[in-house]
Amino acid sequence: MAGSTPASLIAEGAAPAGGPARSKMLSPWGEAWRRFRRHKLAVVGTVILGAIMLAVLVGPWLWQVPINDIDFDARLKSPMLGHPFGTDDLGQDLLARMLYGGRISLAVGFTAMCIGLVIGTVVGAIAGISRGSVDAALMWVTDLFLSLPQLPLLLLIIYLFRDALKAIVGVEAGIFIMIVAVIGGFRWMPVARLVRAQFLSIREKEYVEAARALGVTPLRLVARHILPNSLGPVIIAGTIDVAVAIIAESTLSFLGLGFPPDIPTWGRILYDAKDYLDVAPHWALFPGMAIFLTVLSINYIGDGLRDALDPRRVM
Amino acid sequence: MGKYLVRRLLIAIPSLVGISIILFTVLALAPGDPFEELATNPNVPPEVRQNLRQKFGLDDPVAVRYVRWAGSMAKGDWGFSFSSRVDVDKLILQRLPTTLAVIGLSQVLALLIAIPVGVVAATRPYSIFDQVANTFAFIGFSLPTFFTGLLFILFFSIYLDWLPFVYRADLSETGLRWWWAQFRQSIMPIAVLGLFQGASWTRYVRSAVLDVIRLDYITTARSKGLAERWVVIKHALRNALIPVVTLVALQMPAIFGGAIVTEQIFRVPGIGSLLIAAILANDTPVIMAVTFVFSCLVILFNLIADVLYGWLDPRISYR
Repeated sequence: MAGSTPASLIAEGAAPAGGPARSKMLSPWGEAWRRFRRHKLAVVGTVILGAIMLAVLVGPWLWQVPINDIDFDARLKSPMLGHPFGTDDLGQDLLARMLYGGRISLAVGFTAMCIGLVIGTVVGAIAGISRGSVDAALMWVTDLFLSLPQLPLLLLIIYLFRDALKAIVGVEAGIFIMIVAVIGGFRWMPVARLVRAQFLSIREKEYVEAARALGVTPLRLVARHILPNSLGPVIIAGTIDVAVAIIAESTLSFLGLGFPPDIPTWGRILYDAKDYLDVAPHWALFPGMAIFLTVLSINYIGDGLRDALDPRRVM
Repeated sequence: MGKYLVRRLLIAIPSLVGISIILFTVLALAPGDPFEELATNPNVPPEVRQNLRQKFGLDDPVAVRYVRWAGSMAKGDWGFSFSSRVDVDKLILQRLPTTLAVIGLSQVLALLIAIPVGVVAATRPYSIFDQVANTFAFIGFSLPTFFTGLLFILFFSIYLDWLPFVYRADLSETGLRWWWAQFRQSIMPIAVLGLFQGASWTRYVRSAVLDVIRLDYITTARSKGLAERWVVIKHALRNALIPVVTLVALQMPAIFGGAIVTEQIFRVPGIGSLLIAAILANDTPVIMAVTFVFSCLVILFNLIADVLYGWLDPRISYR
């Protein structure tokens, strides 16, 4: 058969073992979970991401060193007993700062992903269900946003509006809202295209036609029949978007235009550390590794979900 | 072909106008003021400041300012940099070649990695080589460029002391030695960008080649006695590159983002570092022009991708 090479290794290995497991009827989510578990690295990624999330959520209670405790006797110390991750140029404990900053970095990633997913799903759904000029106009806007140079625009918007928002809702919340909104606002286009493509194919399916023949209202048709069946690719895209958003936030902070120094996100710690690479490499290595491990885990989870949620793939 | 190009150029114009409107709206809504410095300086009387504002037309309505700005943009008059006291177009033209060289060479490096590795991985799916390549690809595009850059500096400049970590535009060497110094200081910025792109492209190339390698026409090519190498290069690869070109074009904005970060880390004097400096100095005309140049580059590269598309896939007609 043409193009019959399975796109994933586990698809091949799973073929003989898949027989007995399938005799039991599994719910769609149970089936997805069974497929997901076969992707070893995705499971490892889930464990690592879970550990990182647990650490940043519970860590600050267990490791009660203040993040802004300045101690000039302990400047730029390498990892040691009192400071497992070492200290920075003001003698502040890096472990405490990373645990605190990790919360912000991960929160930015997940919130920005949610914003991107919601906007993308709404735009894609409207474009996919309506024909003609509405569809064309929405897709033109989507393509326009896709060809915008995102990082320059992100920098521009954040620089221009930072002070105004700070004045309204305070420093921390202002910058958080701004960064999350801007990153999410530039990540919805792939989701919109995916959802639209799914809608275009699903709305021609027999069961949708049957539902329409039964007199289902368009809103219920979308919410009950089309949308749930088009969620697979959206979930995968959403997973990858968390990684993209974390990188975007770190990039902004690394360029000095993200969070201020008193909110030590991982990118911000890297920005502060980059001028001390020769004397205190640990300062840059720990936050860098944290970003890398988080992003790598999320990417592997996304890969595992791709195997799990594609029903056309025989496993 | 000529007609096709003209049509594609015409399609690009609405996008350019759309982008310029978005840019201008963002700038016009923002609270920043280029004459803030003069306002806080007691030696400058407010009338002078007011005259300057009038001279640069900062008090006119937004629509008027946009039309005037777009008109002068089209004429090639890009305004005057408030902070460096040079015409913006001169400033950008000075910096642009460096950026284009860094981006261009890093893309070449990325292709040199992605195409051979992706093809070999796809022709031997699930072999050891494929799995190693896949793992490295995952690591490669999970490492953000700013962290790879710092790791490179840490290892090659500080630990091994082989390469300089600050890019200098004014090298004192001449002749061959200039080229050598230029080469040494360019390796790291180009490698950081190229490896990141190469990693994600490897996966695209692999899955695209995997899609075509089992098709009937490949079997036909084999059965007429062609060497396996030519089957892969002339028959499989050429068709596999069609979807890859699309994905590469879609990634162009991300590549420019990476270029800004790289230029900032290694202090490469390109338009990316110019943008950051201008943002920090609140230098509106420069920010505007650089962002617009980035948008134009994205559209230009999309156009190139379209032309490549036609060359790779003769089924696309140019009419």
